[in-house]
Amino acid sequence: MSEVLLDIKNLKTSFRIKDHHYAAVDDVTLTVKKNEVLAIVGESGSGKSAFAFSIMGLHTRAKIEGEINYKGSNLVQAGPNQMKKLRGKEMGMIFQDALSALNPLMVVGAQIDEAIFLHNPKSSKNLRKLQVINLLNQVGIPRPEKTYHQYPHELSGGMRQRIVIAMAISNQPELLIADEPTTALDVTIQSQILDLIKELKETIHAGIILITHDLGVVAEMADRVAVMYAGQIVEIADVYTLMENPQHPYTRSLLNSIPTLNDVKEELHVIQGVVPSLQNLPRTGCRFASRIPWIEESEHEASPELHEISPGHYVRCTCYKDFYFPEQAEEERNYVAN
Amino acid sequence: MWKLIVRRTLITIPQIIVLSILVFILAQAMPGDALTGLIDPNIDPATIEAMRERLGLNNPWYVQYIDWVKGVLQGDFGQSFRFKMPVSELIGERMINTLWLSLATLILTYLIAIPLGIISGRFNDTWLDRAITGYTYIGFAAPLFIFALVMLFIFGFQLGWFPTSGSVAPGTEPGTFAYFISKLNHLLLPALSMALITTVSTVQYLRSEIIDTKQKDFIVTARAKGSSESRVYNRHVLRNSLLPIAAFFGYEITGLIGGTIFIENIFGYPGMGELFLSSISLRDYSVMTALVLLFGLAAIIGALLSDIILSLVDPRIRIK
Repeated sequence: MSEVLLDIKNLKTSFRIKDHHYAAVDDVTLTVKKNEVLAIVGESGSGKSAFAFSIMGLHTRAKIEGEINYKGSNLVQAGPNQMKKLRGKEMGMIFQDALSALNPLMVVGAQIDEAIFLHNPKSSKNLRKLQVINLLNQVGIPRPEKTYHQYPHELSGGMRQRIVIAMAISNQPELLIADEPTTALDVTIQSQILDLIKELKETIHAGIILITHDLGVVAEMADRVAVMYAGQIVEIADVYTLMENPQHPYTRSLLNSIPTLNDVKEELHVIQGVVPSLQNLPRTGCRFASRIPWIEESEHEASPELHEISPGHYVRCTCYKDFYFPEQAEEERNYVAN
Repeated sequence: MWKLIVRRTLITIPQIIVLSILVFILAQAMPGDALTGLIDPNIDPATIEAMRERLGLNNPWYVQYIDWVKGVLQGDFGQSFRFKMPVSELIGERMINTLWLSLATLILTYLIAIPLGIISGRFNDTWLDRAITGYTYIGFAAPLFIFALVMLFIFGFQLGWFPTSGSVAPGTEPGTFAYFISKLNHLLLPALSMALITTVSTVQYLRSEIIDTKQKDFIVTARAKGSSESRVYNRHVLRNSLLPIAAFFGYEITGLIGGTIFIENIFGYPGMGELFLSSISLRDYSVMTALVLLFGLAAIIGALLSDIILSLVDPRIRIK
């Protein structure tokens, strides 16, 4: 068992909407170990990005409670100066949309250079330029010297994402947060970028938090998976257990929603309904209940907890015991039809 | 990028030609001609007709136009009938005055707008922002000529801090330091009065640009790299927010022309604007025509400058 890098306890991130605070991340407890890829999966609006931003301290107007323990200090309590030193140095972040994540008025080389300079203000300019060129090489940019002087709009989507990655790893961070790094890319570029992140995992030995809604990406990249729904973690397990033996109804529905290419006549499975908005979220009881309405109320816990059902495999609420496929898919269809 | 600048400059040529035709046609449409007011009405109409013929006033309009353009290109705008001197000479000294006034106003405009816009945009929805926004609304609502009169009354008459008319104290020797100071002293109040009013649109523009830019993703990236807040604003927000302000620069010049016409009249400042209004009321056609042409040229050059500045600061515009 490798060393714990990040120990998050009861993290709660809430936003103020008209005099009320609504938690987008609610009571999340998990750990990230060195050298592992932890995937966080969930639909849009489930709080994945809010979670990532909380770790980096990038929320400007959120109330954050709980503990984020990193190297003996609680980042929730850390002042702006301490966070400034950690960000970009020990924690790197890869963003979803590389075009908007890059400053349109700076050549990409200068943007990577800035990331190095901020944490080594005394380094010489020439040395930094060499470092930037090396980084560009490392992320697979074909002509680094030329690319250094190009603006973001002159590069393709895949190249831009490589720049963002180069920026994130420029100071050899110990923790790398990748917020849907491949969502904005087409499939061939996606796999190249994933290969690159995998390669980096080997070279920089960082703990990686990979946020995605693509279970294919999870299967390929992750060591452990946390499934998030409506701000809570509903299931955590290592990737094999989760793929082979998913328990929570949400996880199973998600996995069941992936179309197989074997059966042409197969009907695409969809989970009914949407993630409730922050203001309409039920704060008591099982949050997934409204999307599996045919499950008896008595099957849910009054205040659902994470239950360890096998070592390292946690599931929230008891409703999973009563949830079966594919019979229930039929039931669900009937329910919707009525 | 040079290509872009050259191409953009070439575009101004047809613009200038169209402008000159318009100005010429407007001048032609005005009643009377060069001989109407100047000539003793007792002279034989046949003689006048002969003079017309000799001066080319009976030629078709395009021939007259070409004659006029030839003159203009050599700096010959004709005679001012009021001052009995060549228009080019008359305008020359006034133009320098107006240029100084415009330059001072522009500098003051940006000196006021940039800090206020930055504060207002960075700390939006604080009391400081509300105070600044309040000022901009007053600036939008107050007509320039009323505001200028109030300024003149308070700082010129009541407090006596500034001279109330002219562009330089009489009797000062051109080229001396005292002359320069006196010029500056005469310039300051009109320039400040105009700047305080014209700056408000730039303040608001900059404010909303900053509010817009600071929510962009690359600002989050800058923070994620470990930039301090001041670096985020100085390096990333400000430069991106100033782009539209640079684009606005040319229109600022167009606005200045309108402004100087009011301001110069109120402050009795001998510039082109003051000359323009008095020429209109005295029907000094040749002067009016020349001034309209120059004002139009200034607007065209302003737009040209805007585009060139924008292409210098925004790499996305440097199209091959």
